[in-house]
Amino acid sequence: MMDQSKSSHQDHADQAVGTTGHEWDGIQEFNNPLPRWWLYTFYACILWAVGYWIFYPAIPLLSGFTKGAFGWASRTQIEIDMAELKASRHDMVVKIEQTPLADIEKNAEILSFARAQGGAAFAVNCSTCHGAGAQGFKGYPNLNDDDWLWGGKLADIEQTITHGVRWDADQDTRTSAMPAFGRDGLLPRKDILVLADYVMSLGGLPVEKGADLAAGQKLFAANCAACHGDQGKGNQEMGAPNLTDKVWLYGSDRASIIERITIGGGGVMPAWGNRLDKATIKSLTVYVHSLGGGQ
Amino acid sequence: MSATVSTFDPHHDEPEPPLYEARRQIYPQTVHGLFRRIKWALLLITLGIYYLLPFVRWDRGPGAPSQAVLVDLEHRRAYFFFIEIWPQEVYYLTGLLIVAAMTLFLMNALAGRIWCGYLCPQTVWTDLFMWVERVVEGDRRERMQRDAGAFDLEAFALKLLKHSFWLLIAWWTGGAWVLYFSDAPTLVVDLLTFQASASTYTAIFILTFTTYIFAGWMREQVCLYMCPWPRIQAALTDEHALNVTYRADRGEQRMSLKKAAQAREAGQTVGDCIDCNQCVFACPTGVDIRHGSQLGCIQCGLCIDACDDVMTKVGRPTGLIAYDTDVNIKRRREGLPDIFRPIRWRTMLYVALIAIVGGVMLWQLLHRAPFTVSVIHDRNPVYVKLSDGHIRNAYTVRIANMLTDERHFRFHVAGLAESTVTIIGEDAAVEGVLNVSVGPDQTRELRVLVTAQDDPQRREPVLLYFEIKDQEIGRTAVGKDFFRTPSTNH
Repeated sequence: MMDQSKSSHQDHADQAVGTTGHEWDGIQEFNNPLPRWWLYTFYACILWAVGYWIFYPAIPLLSGFTKGAFGWASRTQIEIDMAELKASRHDMVVKIEQTPLADIEKNAEILSFARAQGGAAFAVNCSTCHGAGAQGFKGYPNLNDDDWLWGGKLADIEQTITHGVRWDADQDTRTSAMPAFGRDGLLPRKDILVLADYVMSLGGLPVEKGADLAAGQKLFAANCAACHGDQGKGNQEMGAPNLTDKVWLYGSDRASIIERITIGGGGVMPAWGNRLDKATIKSLTVYVHSLGGGQ
Repeated sequence: MSATVSTFDPHHDEPEPPLYEARRQIYPQTVHGLFRRIKWALLLITLGIYYLLPFVRWDRGPGAPSQAVLVDLEHRRAYFFFIEIWPQEVYYLTGLLIVAAMTLFLMNALAGRIWCGYLCPQTVWTDLFMWVERVVEGDRRERMQRDAGAFDLEAFALKLLKHSFWLLIAWWTGGAWVLYFSDAPTLVVDLLTFQASASTYTAIFILTFTTYIFAGWMREQVCLYMCPWPRIQAALTDEHALNVTYRADRGEQRMSLKKAAQAREAGQTVGDCIDCNQCVFACPTGVDIRHGSQLGCIQCGLCIDACDDVMTKVGRPTGLIAYDTDVNIKRRREGLPDIFRPIRWRTMLYVALIAIVGGVMLWQLLHRAPFTVSVIHDRNPVYVKLSDGHIRNAYTVRIANMLTDERHFRFHVAGLAESTVTIIGEDAAVEGVLNVSVGPDQTRELRVLVTAQDDPQRREPVLLYFEIKDQEIGRTAVGKDFFRTPSTNH
């Protein structure tokens, strides 16, 4: 009769299987030898590893390290990869350079490439201030909405990206300065409070009872209308915000508005014209414009 | 036949047992018979399919590849006759793998390692390589004698010839593999004129190497030490599964033909096994089936052929080694008749699982939309307040046109009355309907803006339906996502 309890290894080798002599509570450890080719595979791996020492940067020295026979370096590798990436994008980049800004959005293929490239450039260069989704923060405009300080047409956006805002190093930068009515003593505190009430009423925000809106209107006409307009609708030529809409860059509560009148000023954005190439700026322009459709 | 278990005692003089074991060269003997014929037939069918399938053509119309089976990695499409798979439909592959696993389990429940013995590529290619070996170097005895003798010029010439044929087959194996990933006739010409890509030659080289090593040199070592299936299989088999079995009840006491004749004359009962070892000589993995079911046995049935041959010659009934089940071995011992139960809970479960997964896949395939739409809501900002107080949500909408011509869709967003829908770069909506075109065999990404009045009373996000309708063929695809406002985004 067959011995059912026999190990199959035993059958295969058709010979006695030794044990290692180890025994725990009657459980013995069989010695089933490894196939010898397994050992050779291990030696081959060691040889392979030695190859790395010879062909790749490996051994640290007092100053520097061995460079390896291939001269491989991660720095050169990334340069090669970047050059390959650039080469693969070349045709589309040329198309973007040659297509007028206004026509890019009409071509599905170029629009898709420009949005991808613009989105990547935005993440690297712009998201620090404007946020990952261009959602903006207090003092940094949300680029998804329809309220544009310096204009939301493609050409306006390109101009702003290229030359920046209040960026002194660029001659063509967009510039304007709201006076610090409070800090510089241009208006007494009580006038600023009256003015703040009037500005809130312009934006349809609830105003405290007893606010002297007529006096506020007079003060506005004398001090603010030059830039923000008689109606307070703003002026994109000067980056003066529209005060009648629902978008408030620095907040719509009374304290925030009083603060802005008191300290004046405005945000600063770097000029990217010298840092990014033409095609990237064009892509960025299209990307920002496509976020909310621009103006 | 019982093996002794020796105990290694470090204080004894016995030498320490070896840690490594050299491979024993196996010289399988040629056999003829039913299972050998089945194996040849399956070898011809499987290898025929493998080597020739890439050349089978299938007309898909202009602009589409005309190869019946093609995995187009560059354009991210897979074709199988009338089926075309896009990367997002890779779950078909998952389904296929589940069906394959269940089929393997089912085969195992019915007839043990039938996969190992007949269909596994390792077995099939090894069989082919052994055939080459036999044709070039002769049968078992001849090869053993030559290997034991001096390595003269003749031996060298024969080895050279054998390895050349092996490498040729191995190279052809790698060469056929790459044909599944590119237009086969074009690639064959490219390969011969050295125009094909470096990665193609690398793939061929790797597969040539592995085929040559695995089928020529490693053989049963792959099954014994590298393959996980024998281990899994052992846990899945049961007493009703057919396994290649030496019928010890009939075979023992084994003894030589002469001794058996003498014993019979003396009135003793003797077994049918004449201990001729033909079953061991025929075995491609070198096991002795008389030790019972074992890891090394791939259950190819060649020992059955070898034994039947001998039994016929000595005038005893065939089937001393046969496909048998554990339950019948036990029943015969108890004097009960054989039973066969291919229909059991286990097999029914496997069949049911195969049917369910296969059915779901088939249903999916038959109802596969020629185009799809998927919607992703902007994550940041979730909503945008506009200068007039309206709220806008932005979405990335992807339309995949799986047809071979450009399609024109009516794009409509339903679910929110009094809303404005804009697609960046497309003409404004006319009566709430936009027109979008997507090129042949392409995916197009759209940036879609939905604007509506803010309703501070609204507490729950509104579900929007992004519908695209191809009016020509009258089919619609719908994607869903939410419209969120400050009051719903609590």
